[in-house]
Amino acid sequence: MQSSSPAGVLRAATITPQGSIGSGPFSLGRLAIHACLLGLSVLFLLPLILLVSASLSSEGDISRYGFSLVPRTPTLAAYQYVLQDPGLMLTAYAVTITVTLIGTFAGVLIMAMLAYPLSRPDFSWRGPLAFIVFFTLLFSGGLVPLYILVTHYLQIQDTLWSLILPYLVMPWYVFLLRAYFSALPRELIDAAKVDGAGEWRIFFQVVVPLSRPGLATVALFCALTYWNDWYLALLFINNPALVPLQYLLYQISTNIETLQSSSQAFGVQIPALSAQMAIAVLAIGPITLAFLAVQRHFISGITLGGVKGD
Amino acid sequence: MPWSWLARSRGWRANFDTERSKSNAALLLMMAPGLVVLFVFAYLPMFGIIIAFKDFRAYQGVLGSRWVGLQNFYYLFGTDDARRIVVNTLGMNALFIAAVLVAALGIALLLREVQSSNRWFAKFYQSTLFFPYLFSYVIINYFVFALLDTSNGLVNHTITALGGQPVSWYQSPHYWPVILTLITVWKNAGFWSIVYLAGMIAINPEYYEAATLDGASKWRQIWRITLPLLKPLIIINILLSIGRIFYADFGLFYQVTRNAPELYPATDVIDTYVYRTLTAIGDVGMASAAGTFQAVVGFMLVLFSNWFVRRTERQSAIF
Repeated sequence: MQSSSPAGVLRAATITPQGSIGSGPFSLGRLAIHACLLGLSVLFLLPLILLVSASLSSEGDISRYGFSLVPRTPTLAAYQYVLQDPGLMLTAYAVTITVTLIGTFAGVLIMAMLAYPLSRPDFSWRGPLAFIVFFTLLFSGGLVPLYILVTHYLQIQDTLWSLILPYLVMPWYVFLLRAYFSALPRELIDAAKVDGAGEWRIFFQVVVPLSRPGLATVALFCALTYWNDWYLALLFINNPALVPLQYLLYQISTNIETLQSSSQAFGVQIPALSAQMAIAVLAIGPITLAFLAVQRHFISGITLGGVKGD
Repeated sequence: MPWSWLARSRGWRANFDTERSKSNAALLLMMAPGLVVLFVFAYLPMFGIIIAFKDFRAYQGVLGSRWVGLQNFYYLFGTDDARRIVVNTLGMNALFIAAVLVAALGIALLLREVQSSNRWFAKFYQSTLFFPYLFSYVIINYFVFALLDTSNGLVNHTITALGGQPVSWYQSPHYWPVILTLITVWKNAGFWSIVYLAGMIAINPEYYEAATLDGASKWRQIWRITLPLLKPLIIINILLSIGRIFYADFGLFYQVTRNAPELYPATDVIDTYVYRTLTAIGDVGMASAAGTFQAVVGFMLVLFSNWFVRRTERQSAIF
């Protein structure tokens, strides 16, 4: 779109303040951009469509025609197979939900309690303590010491603690919360002090209620971390009763036999490929629905994190 | 414990300060749980890097094991693995940084054009492009498998339908720098485009009005206004990434490659090497040497990148 032509000069008079192409919401240039973005969106959703389609395909179709974007003969056989003995799946769900709930709640509480004093200019140890938190972002001991610490010294492998504690305090979110708390009006805290409220009371009755959006954003990202985690289970979990959802999916992808629990007759043909995909769909279902419900907070949360605060 | 010391150190001041020291004590107590978690799960492992200088025996513990100086490092750098994992980690991360930056900026520029005129569509695109960010690498492994499986994958079926020869993707390492870059872009471009879009929206619209009046084309406005004004944000993000360039995304390299040994020449990175050496081979010395090497070089890179930011964009420096 050249604007040096006379038409361009004319258009300059009616141009939108943001200087966007064209004038109407659907001018030619805009349509091209919409086409690009729409194409990209479809491309980004393609793997998901493929997964859902594969889970609805019959095993015979998959081995004959491969995974396809539209199931040739749609069938729920894979889901029936997976759900006829949902024990493994339910256990994994229970572990994941427990870990996510406890981890998110405890994590947000502990991180907020860590961040709030660091946001108070009148707190005497603000500088050194902020550095102690911050330094963990710059340097870490890595996997080997953590592994030895957890298995040899703390001996919490094969417990839910090993799935929760290592992710409890994430320094990035502490700084995000600190920036959030710093932006709260100081007068409110001072007024509460004048009224004789102690620090704990101020924190829980003034600061926390005022910071709900910030806390919700951090909770969202914490929940995502716990929900999606398989790494800690890979390192620390052997007990099948404590296998979280993502780790179960990992086990199934390396060995489909994992699916076949002892209660099922051996020799029964497993619809291996479609059943794997069906389990994956069942695992991402909740997170997809949750995302659709709270996507606005996610996106505003990213912008919040992108803005450097102090 | 610190409380008495705390009261004394502040107590010599006026009465006003007793109030403040009480406040300090309460705030410190509030931080205690978080500080304990950090001490156990971040600081204790930091001291654990001494394991790299020891001949670690589980029954002797970390402190009781024998010091061996740099022996573990000699072994590590005596292998071909060391060069391979360092080259792969740096090379792949460099690819990812460049590709995600270009893709995210491109998407953000497109989104900005439709942002003001058509909010609903803009929101839809934004959400859809962000969506892959939610998936764990375990799930992404399923996606990629459905695409690349040799006998059933969509890609090979498309290739044969077009008359080509199917490719054994999981045995052909030379394709994987491209495959993993595409996956990284797919997973992260949406996230970063939201960050860059926020930066673009913050630009004063008067610049564009003036440029339009002067007859500047859209392209010129992007190159002369949008990108230059976004430069600080871009530089910060690049430098933050460079600070992390020695750390690979373990899930990407472990899950998505299905940990296939045939792919190691291209996909074995420091993090997968440390994990495998520790758990599969059980060589604590070698694993901790590689991990410590990563931690130290990574730390130096963070310091370097921050020093660089301070020189160029002082107010954007992280510390």
